Amino acid sequence: MDISRRTFCQLGAGAAALALAPALPAFASTDPVQEAILAFTGGAAPAEGDIELTTPEIAENGNTVPVAVSADGAVAILLLAAGNPNPGVATFTFGKLAPHRSAATRIRLAQTQDVIAVAKLESGAFTMVQRTVKVTIGGCGG
Amino acid sequence: MAKVKPRVKVPRKAQAGEVVTIKTLISHPMESGQRKDRKTGELIPRKIINHFKATFEGELVFEATIEPAVSANPYFSFDMIVPDAGTLKFEWIDDDGSVYTEEKKITIV
Repeated sequence: MDISRRTFCQLGAGAAALALAPALPAFASTDPVQEAILAFTGGAAPAEGDIELTTPEIAENGNTVPVAVSADGAVAILLLAAGNPNPGVATFTFGKLAPHRSAATRIRLAQTQDVIAVAKLESGAFTMVQRTVKVTIGGCGG
Repeated sequence: MAKVKPRVKVPRKAQAGEVVTIKTLISHPMESGQRKDRKTGELIPRKIINHFKATFEGELVFEATIEPAVSANPYFSFDMIVPDAGTLKFEWIDDDGSVYTEEKKITIV
């Protein structure tokens, strides 16, 4: 088989990546969204489910997008917008007097993107959910 | 600067053990620090409410750490169990250190 310079380089890069992958610790990541999640969970990978995130499918104005989040038995909920210049949106903490562990707010979205919610449960486990919101006019202009 | 005015919606009366929804809003520009002045082209410095807290008779109900991605005039709604008559206190903390507060009494019927 004829190996051109291009395929050779691709093979080499692929092999290097494979070799490196297992050596890297699970939490080493350059993605700011992953970093924010792992900083919140303390390195644990959140499971999917047991948390509800309500967002509009299409947001006409990215400056105020209503979002609601609820998770039974959550102590804290982290809200992230993956496509914003800074992914962090807000962190909610619930006290004993909050029965439903649910909250609603309005957020800014720069473009069409995924909104992510991660909940820390009383058991110490973490769950997450992700919703795509289409944004017609971005909320970071000026 | 536009006047910062907190507005909260809390039922005046509730039954003991009843679950009520609290709605809060504070008028604030929430300058994200990403916007540029159209005339000078310089970045407008960040100035947001970075923390919100609601306590009932000293016990935490709801707390939020806020980033610039929260909209202008930040709005929060959450649920609360009314254990007894008392005062619900709200507190918003600005980037410049100002603290805006509001109080609402709840009586038991």
